[in-house]
Amino acid sequence: MSFAEIQKRAMAEWEMLQYSQTPRILVGAATCGRAAGAEAVLRAIDRELKQRNIDAIIVQVGCIGLCYAEPLVDIIKPGHPRICYGNITPEIVAQLIEDYLVKDNPRPDLALGTIGDGAVDGIPHLFDLPVLKSQLRIILRHCGFIDPTNIMHSIANGGYAGFVKTLGMKPEEIIEEIRRSGLRGRGGAGFPTGQKWDLCRRSPGEEKYIICNADEGDPGAFMNRSLLESDPHSVLEGMLIGAYAIGAREGYIYCRAEYPLALERLRIALRQLEEYQLIGDSILDSDFSFHLKIKEGAGAFVCGEETALMASIEGKRGMPRSRPPFPAVSGLWGKPTNINNVETWASIAAIMQRGATWYTGYGTGKSKGTKTFSLVGKVERTGLIEVPFGITMRQIIYEIGGGILEGKRFKAVQTGGPSGGCLPSDFLDTPVDYDSLTSAGSIMGSGGMIVMDEATCMVDIARFFLSFVQLESCGKCIPCRWGTQQMLDILEDIANGRGRPGDIELLQELAESVKDGSLCGLGQTAPNPVLTSIRYFRDEYKAHIEEKRCSALVCNALVSYYIDPDKCQGCVICLRSCPAGAIRGGKRVVHVIDQDKCTKCGTCLNVCPPRFAAVVKASGERPAIPEEPVAVGLASNNRGGQQQVWPLQAK
Amino acid sequence: MASSSVVQGAQALLQEQEETIEERLNEILSSYQGKKEELIPVLQQVQQVSGYLPEPAMKRIAKFLKLPESTVFGVGTFYAQFKLVPSGRNIIRVCRGTACHVRGATCILGEAEKQLGIKPGESTSDLEYSLEATACFGSCALAPVMVISNSVYGRMTPARVKEVLANVGGEK
Ligand SMILES: Cc1cc2nc3c(=O)[nH]c(=O)nc-3n(C[C@H](O)[C@H](O)[C@H](O)COP(=O)(O)O)c2cc1C
Ligand code: FES
Repeated sequence: MSFAEIQKRAMAEWEMLQYSQTPRILVGAATCGRAAGAEAVLRAIDRELKQRNIDAIIVQVGCIGLCYAEPLVDIIKPGHPRICYGNITPEIVAQLIEDYLVKDNPRPDLALGTIGDGAVDGIPHLFDLPVLKSQLRIILRHCGFIDPTNIMHSIANGGYAGFVKTLGMKPEEIIEEIRRSGLRGRGGAGFPTGQKWDLCRRSPGEEKYIICNADEGDPGAFMNRSLLESDPHSVLEGMLIGAYAIGAREGYIYCRAEYPLALERLRIALRQLEEYQLIGDSILDSDFSFHLKIKEGAGAFVCGEETALMASIEGKRGMPRSRPPFPAVSGLWGKPTNINNVETWASIAAIMQRGATWYTGYGTGKSKGTKTFSLVGKVERTGLIEVPFGITMRQIIYEIGGGILEGKRFKAVQTGGPSGGCLPSDFLDTPVDYDSLTSAGSIMGSGGMIVMDEATCMVDIARFFLSFVQLESCGKCIPCRWGTQQMLDILEDIANGRGRPGDIELLQELAESVKDGSLCGLGQTAPNPVLTSIRYFRDEYKAHIEEKRCSALVCNALVSYYIDPDKCQGCVICLRSCPAGAIRGGKRVVHVIDQDKCTKCGTCLNVCPPRFAAVVKASGERPAIPEEPVAVGLASNNRGGQQQVWPLQAK
Repeated sequence: MASSSVVQGAQALLQEQEETIEERLNEILSSYQGKKEELIPVLQQVQQVSGYLPEPAMKRIAKFLKLPESTVFGVGTFYAQFKLVPSGRNIIRVCRGTACHVRGATCILGEAEKQLGIKPGESTSDLEYSLEATACFGSCALAPVMVISNSVYGRMTPARVKEVLANVGGEK
């Protein structure tokens, strides 16, 4: 079948679906949707439709990115616009089917918005909502719209047209087009993709490889997972284009084992490519042949590093080696190899479909196009977003993300994962692009964006990242293996109240050695979260070291629990729940926590009835409290005068 | 403390498992060509079938792939996915990734430890449960997250940990 014929068939299938006279129900069934309960919702839909004898088409789509409102269900009634509903439960969906499909009430109270042409009274247009208004969808354009297990849906929406176009071009022309697009690698370092391809293409050798890096090891990032689950064909199309331009006949997708659904969708997508002769020998009867294998990771963060990843494909321990030689010269099995991130490959497909000139219309000077981010942490609307470079952090966090959770104060935003840094509020108005983030001391990274509020302790975060890299260090080079351990030891000391003057300087000195001396990117960047947190939150480090105070009340060794004698009603709930038996008192007698016995488990704080809210967590200060239990109501007298103010009385 | 009958039960189970592993190993290896780069996929499949990498299996695999046993063992110990001792029938994995960390993963892990009576990396003596702390399942927007088999549970609270674990137990 020629590609034109495949396209025709795909269009016919897609249009039949679009203009079908049966209602369609779209359920976001990517991993995040399922984690929120999409499978139970799917079962409920099935049950309800059967019970009521309603004919409807159910499509499991990928993730549109509004994870905060998941599970998401969209309903398209013939002749009506598509309506997207959020926070769906089996009960709600049953009601919705009754109200909208059976009767004709679109339930604006449950709807997030309409999608596409037309309007419904009382329901806003989804893409006009603050969460989507400043987003620009290029990479994610099909996510949540197509069935990711049906290649026809992809092709009907322009999929593989870019690849077929490139088959008629010279490889040099393709590389030039990519170079003109200004595309930079989305896996972290931001190396210009066109240049990388050119190096590999020119490397001598018949046998060449291309690799898709889907290891996505940055904890807190899920852009690659979501894309692979929602639109795997965009990534595969990019790889076909790359293989043709570079002259590779074999390729690998290295995907982490923690992503079972992404792996499954990739396998399905590959089978469909074979079915339509879009992969394998003599693709579409041309003289271009390309074979692609999927390799499953085995749980090692360092395998995201390109040389370690290749060692892992070869069946070895995933340990990096020094570069040069770069993979473009000597990579997989010593052959020239080009490795790109999932999102880079997907961007390629979009660029070849619409052209470099169109692509450069988005973004800023040296950062062209769009980038996806996983917006997570202490933000109201968590999810997957795609924005043009140049947007500010403030727009991302406050407009798209809806601000900080529970109205708390913003403290920092972490980008670049364990290789990146934490930026304070001074940088909220900095444009997000490769160079601004680097000059601020962080990096773009792969797209993890973790928002932190005042209840986050920066020393704890630095310790968190250090313990992560320490655990994941492959152990090959000493600066990384032992340097990160030493840094972690110091951070543990600081967090546990054993910090000493000079620790900050020692950390900085060690950090420089680890950066300079490590073999691969893991060690070279591992100190970044520590360095940026010292740079921007030095006071917090000092408070931990000098005053033994953790203002965010996170470092357990530095916090204590007290019972406010003015609020305690002597109900004995906490007294009975304390696993350490550290609370004294009795019925109608103000309770007192024995600080020597207290294990700081926080049980008392959790069980104290909210109407009393008598348990207080404090750090660095000991409030004025009675030494011994006293009758309720007598506490103020017992701690010497009315003047003393609860709870912040210094020691 | 586990009673001795529980330990005996576990041992019998182990032996039974090792016998089936032997049978299944031949079957697994027959679908591979014996190339060195097949090592990780082979180990993954063996682990999927038996829940861990038994020593005799690793020796057989070394022979099959013409690799020194030390190489097989080296790979088996390098990757976090591979287990050298049997793990529980139900593997409870709590995310310790960044997003989950800032949204209270420590409490979730603490509650799971309390409910199961084991620390991360350990299994209950009846091999019913294992507890693991893993960084990131990619459902960070629904943090904190817990994973049992391939089911991801999002927006966890200590109370929900208790509820979910009670249901896992109920299925046995
Ligand atoms: C420790 C470490 C982990 C990495 N993890 C990933 C990863 O998970 N995904 C990824 O695409 N790149 C990762 N990289 C970057 C890769 O080495 C490589 O630069 C990238 O895949 C190149 O693709 P790009 O040019 O499209 O960005 C990592 C690098 C280091 C040093
Ligand atoms: S950080 Fe927990 S799922 Fe990603």
